[in-house]
Amino acid sequence: MEEWLYIQTEVYPALMKGFWVSLQLILPSSILGLFIGIMIGVLRVYGSRPAMAAANTYVALFRGVPLVVQLFIWYFGLPYIKIYLSPFIAAVLGFSLCSGAYHSEYVRGALLSIRRGQMLAAQSLGFTKVQMIFSIILPQAIRRALPGCGNEIIYLIKYSSLAYMITCIELTGQGKILASNSFKYTEIFLIIGACYLAMTSVASLVLNRVEDRLRLPGFEHHRI
Amino acid sequence: MPTPILRIENVSKRYGKKDVLKGVSLTVNKGDLKILIGPSGAGKSTLLQCINFLVKPDEGRIWLDGQEVHYAHKRDLYAYRQKVGMIFQDFNLFDHLNALENVRIGMVKVRGMGNPEAKERAVMELERVGLREHMYKYPAQLSGGQKQRVSIARALAMDPKVMLLDEPTSALDPELIGEVHSVIRDLGNNGMTMIMATHQIGFASSLANEIIFMEDGRILERGTPEMIFCHAENARTREFCSKITELYGETR
Repeated sequence: MEEWLYIQTEVYPALMKGFWVSLQLILPSSILGLFIGIMIGVLRVYGSRPAMAAANTYVALFRGVPLVVQLFIWYFGLPYIKIYLSPFIAAVLGFSLCSGAYHSEYVRGALLSIRRGQMLAAQSLGFTKVQMIFSIILPQAIRRALPGCGNEIIYLIKYSSLAYMITCIELTGQGKILASNSFKYTEIFLIIGACYLAMTSVASLVLNRVEDRLRLPGFEHHRI
Repeated sequence: MPTPILRIENVSKRYGKKDVLKGVSLTVNKGDLKILIGPSGAGKSTLLQCINFLVKPDEGRIWLDGQEVHYAHKRDLYAYRQKVGMIFQDFNLFDHLNALENVRIGMVKVRGMGNPEAKERAVMELERVGLREHMYKYPAQLSGGQKQRVSIARALAMDPKVMLLDEPTSALDPELIGEVHSVIRDLGNNGMTMIMATHQIGFASSLANEIIFMEDGRILERGTPEMIFCHAENARTREFCSKITELYGETR
């Protein structure tokens, strides 16, 4: 009885608050990350030599350095050069940039899988390179990259739990505070685990719907 | 007096140490249909791709309608490519667009036409190649012959002055070749200028003004179909013609 009261009056409101903060972190980060990933992916395949080198360096850096370190740099490091970000902005920036680096790899793979004939056909009609990329190559590549990109979005939902490390108190942060006050680590973190599972389940449902919506004859998955 | 519409002078292309084209020159008059024949590796495809700069020639100059094409200027290049239609052996329809959109997209993106106008024209072009009832199908849902006809409609929608056809029927089942040939024949009868690489010499000899035999990156011999197929001077031409007559001879 006492436990139930504790959950009702303390745990539930705090975790709800954290849950909303998590959603506010995840939604913009996933969209921004995907956008960055597509642009960087395009540059890595079709960019000029310097642009390609810059994009590759970006990916090497952001995929190679632990996300916690990246978040610390955005939040605790930037003030050294007089740039002050709020914990929330620093977290969204960190997540988007890291996610973009991973997305770009899926996008790059998909771009490379598009047959050369598609490009020859576009060029022979007089398409400019930019027109060719954005109206012929990318619409096909994105369909191929979607399963991989979805994977990255699911992963982003879970690594959003790192935001509390830079004092952006989201779901995991709230849980940690609650747990250290009550010492009910197991109970609280089980609830948190369930919340993340719910978020990732909804996300994969949405991603499947998007895949279905974008499915075209010739781009379907064949069951064998 | 025939008017030259396309002039190619001394076009050469080298891949590494291999000379694929060794100085090919060609003048095409309005309404001509020139057929390129020759063994694989002769440079037919490379020549066609050099003509609209899908492959950048190492040397050589090209004139369209008396104006030299400066392909290093992107704007000139894109404008020139609009006027030179290209048909590929493996169709290269845009896989994510249905037949109608395949034909429409070039008009909208490249010619800057409005959507309704482009759609109307696309429907008309598809009707011309007999595919109006299939216009909402995607490439994956079309047969090879239908795909090739869509690709011809797509090229025609750009109002090309010259069409380059790179073995348009060699990826097709024999029973589908006829439908593509009849579209090409109609084009020829309507005065379209064309350069076509093909092994279908029955079809070629019934339509062509000139047969050009290429081997090893050069034009070895050229002349009317009768000259090349019946009275070729060069022994290699005779040998090649008798071989492909055996293989493809009677297909029309």
